[in-house]
Amino acid sequence: MKKRLFPALAALMLVPMLFISCGNKTEAVTEKAAEPAAGPVVMNWNLASDPKTIDPGLNGASDGGDVLSNTFEGLVRERSGEVFPGIAKSWDVSEDGTVITFHLRESKWSDGSDLTAHDFVYGWKRAMDPATASEYGWIWHYTNVVNAEAANNGEVSLDEVGIRAVDDMTFEVTLSAPTDYFVSLTAFYHFMPVKQSSVEDPAGADGAWARTPALAVSNGAFKVTSYKVGDGMTLEKNENYWNADKVGIDKINVKFIDAASTAYNAYVAGEFDFLSNTSIPPTEIPRLIAENPEFYVFPLLGTYYYNFNMDLEMWQDVRVRKALAYAIDREKIVEVTAKGEVAAAGFVPPGFPDHEGNDFFETAGTYGVSLDSGSVEEAKRLLAEAGYPNGEGFPKFTLMYNTSEGHQLVAQMVQEMWKTNLGIECTLENQEWAVFQDTRKQGDYEVSRGGWLTDFLDPMGLLAIFVDGNDYNDPNYNNPAYNAAMAKASSTYGAEHYEALYEAQDILMNDMPIVPVYHYTDYFLSSPQVKGWDRSMLGAIDFTTATVVR
Amino acid sequence: MRNYFVRRLFYSLLTVILIATVTFFMMHSIPGGPFTREKPVPPEIMRVLNEKYKLDQPLYMQYLDYMKGLATFNLGPSFSKIGITVNELIVTGFPATATVGFLASLLIVALGIPFGIISALKQNKPVDYFVMFMATLGVTIPSFVIATMFIYFFSGKLGWVPPFGLSSPVSYIGPVVALAGYSLSFVTRLTRSSMLEVLRQDYVRTARANGLREWSVIGKHAVKNALIPVITYMGPTIAALMTGSFVVEKIFAIPGIGRYFVESVNNRDYTVIMGITVIFAAFYVLMVLLVDMAYALIDPRIRFEKESK
Repeated sequence: MKKRLFPALAALMLVPMLFISCGNKTEAVTEKAAEPAAGPVVMNWNLASDPKTIDPGLNGASDGGDVLSNTFEGLVRERSGEVFPGIAKSWDVSEDGTVITFHLRESKWSDGSDLTAHDFVYGWKRAMDPATASEYGWIWHYTNVVNAEAANNGEVSLDEVGIRAVDDMTFEVTLSAPTDYFVSLTAFYHFMPVKQSSVEDPAGADGAWARTPALAVSNGAFKVTSYKVGDGMTLEKNENYWNADKVGIDKINVKFIDAASTAYNAYVAGEFDFLSNTSIPPTEIPRLIAENPEFYVFPLLGTYYYNFNMDLEMWQDVRVRKALAYAIDREKIVEVTAKGEVAAAGFVPPGFPDHEGNDFFETAGTYGVSLDSGSVEEAKRLLAEAGYPNGEGFPKFTLMYNTSEGHQLVAQMVQEMWKTNLGIECTLENQEWAVFQDTRKQGDYEVSRGGWLTDFLDPMGLLAIFVDGNDYNDPNYNNPAYNAAMAKASSTYGAEHYEALYEAQDILMNDMPIVPVYHYTDYFLSSPQVKGWDRSMLGAIDFTTATVVR
Repeated sequence: MRNYFVRRLFYSLLTVILIATVTFFMMHSIPGGPFTREKPVPPEIMRVLNEKYKLDQPLYMQYLDYMKGLATFNLGPSFSKIGITVNELIVTGFPATATVGFLASLLIVALGIPFGIISALKQNKPVDYFVMFMATLGVTIPSFVIATMFIYFFSGKLGWVPPFGLSSPVSYIGPVVALAGYSLSFVTRLTRSSMLEVLRQDYVRTARANGLREWSVIGKHAVKNALIPVITYMGPTIAALMTGSFVVEKIFAIPGIGRYFVESVNNRDYTVIMGITVIFAAFYVLMVLLVDMAYALIDPRIRFEKESK
């Protein structure tokens, strides 16, 4: 089975790599140097939606993230899965792995003032402060920074959090346990510095400062110079950025057009140079993948799956759960959904290198599950063993999903496969998004759709949600062995860390509280005139070193 | 007349308050809230957010608080766009929406009424058939089809208009036509049928018998009365057009307020739902009031009060 998967996966991973190397930076720089008098370099980008916020401490969404990866810079930068120095030019880790000292480079804010370690202390404490009311505050619960979780829960004072500015250029973090992914995590929005005087300006409350040009002081390649709610914004090159020499674009016109067909027509007409994923009509995607070299597909670090409600009597027998999971032809599903998705046998998607540099997804394998229809016989046998030969006597149940054509399509295929392959009947029910969130949270379902994207570069970011008591453990799964493996993974480095994670996913797939369906993909359209952009594995697009050659 | 107007204004205000009240409680009764997330918000943060937006208070307190704000035209902060107030959302979006809505209303009046009259005067002639055929098309084709086709041909194929936005005068054509399409056709049909009815009235026959010129019969006597149902229809229609259309604004990417009618409900953005509903309701009752006033100007038989008193 693995053999079949590799070429597809390799192709998927290779496509973007090829293109990245096509749009290489040397070429961009030389071409720019060749025609210096051509006027300002302007790029037109459709972000597809008006972000809820572009304040790093408040943001948790991908649209805001796309803006932030261009306007702010944290201690480190993560691009294509690799961690690079950002404002920190280097860092040391203490022998026991719990104290990390970041040495900052000389850098400035966009208003010309000096950026110091105190700005990081301020930004971090502000983001974790419950009074800031950042919805994404839970990210601190995964950091292992001493007292960060407790401070976010309002249990201890911010003064007791393990971060401090040793001097203007040295920032020190104390962790409660060695944490494998900590340094890469500091590339995330909440770990970016913010300018205290802007944030606390009365006119800038609740992140409004980030949208107000007069207050929008940032430290990345670009700064916000105009913002019109519901319409668009302008980003201009930040001359005070420490690496400003490498910035090839002078101005980015950003639009918030959410009608995909309108945005796509405008792209075709040359009005846009770059289209973010939601502004590409889903119906165009199969054709774009097949024939348009301007279309880029990347693996996205997340998984589409179904939850079994483990509190219900009907799902108590693991053979039943496995039968349902085995009876699905995932290859067929991704063929129909046709966005380059990768069939999922486990929960961890491709894109996480382990301690030996091997991809976690590949090493983990498929747990004996065929990705196409190869496991149907096994599924039938398991169901018969559980006392339901050909599905006879199995109670009818409902598969629930949030209203969307895409989710409906997948649900209908799964419904049909369960019926044909196992003789099991289920009805489909869809609910409006917010209603569905409530239903799922309250466990008021039999089988429900789930989707999860991680926010940090470690399989922990996915597997942690099935630990008992986790807010996002929708199936209400609880296996002490799994919890123990995850606890170990969260406080270890290297081999020990990854072995614990492999073990955890083994346990999860042996218990099958979920039915993994596929791993998500990210995609966008980029005109060949735009060269040298980069992308975070977590999905944010970065134009820092990009340029436009008309 | 003045008493009547004051009384009507009072009732209009009451209607708006009633609509706001019903919307407020209905909105709070649907599952999910403004902070419902795929990745749920930690409990302590949720507590702070609820406190901040006063969602921790009993519903009637929230209601009173909102109404107090409303009385001073303070529509509160948006939940889905942090750091932006509903007043700001409406102030930034309304000009674009209102301009398109106003132009659409003008188009409807300027074309719909003359076409209807011509059609009625040339009943069962080729002109009538043609106008009625177009009007039937206009009523049956949904605005999103008109909008999409317009962009496809005039922007995509011919390149005459920009593919989105309101950057130039010519870019208003698409949104205005798409927005006006249905009502324009409806007004044409309404004017025609109303005109046909009026033309059969005794007083028109009398006017003709008295030897008045035809243009005087039509222009002075028939049209005035034929317009009453059209005015009745146009009042609420103008209110709807001026507050925007989700579909048309989305397809043409117009930065208006029409999109918030749908978006705010999806996001459970309580203050935006309320703000947008109140604006629409206020417009609506105002237009209904104006329509009633207009009746008196057009039809001398209609009086607001017994003037003998």
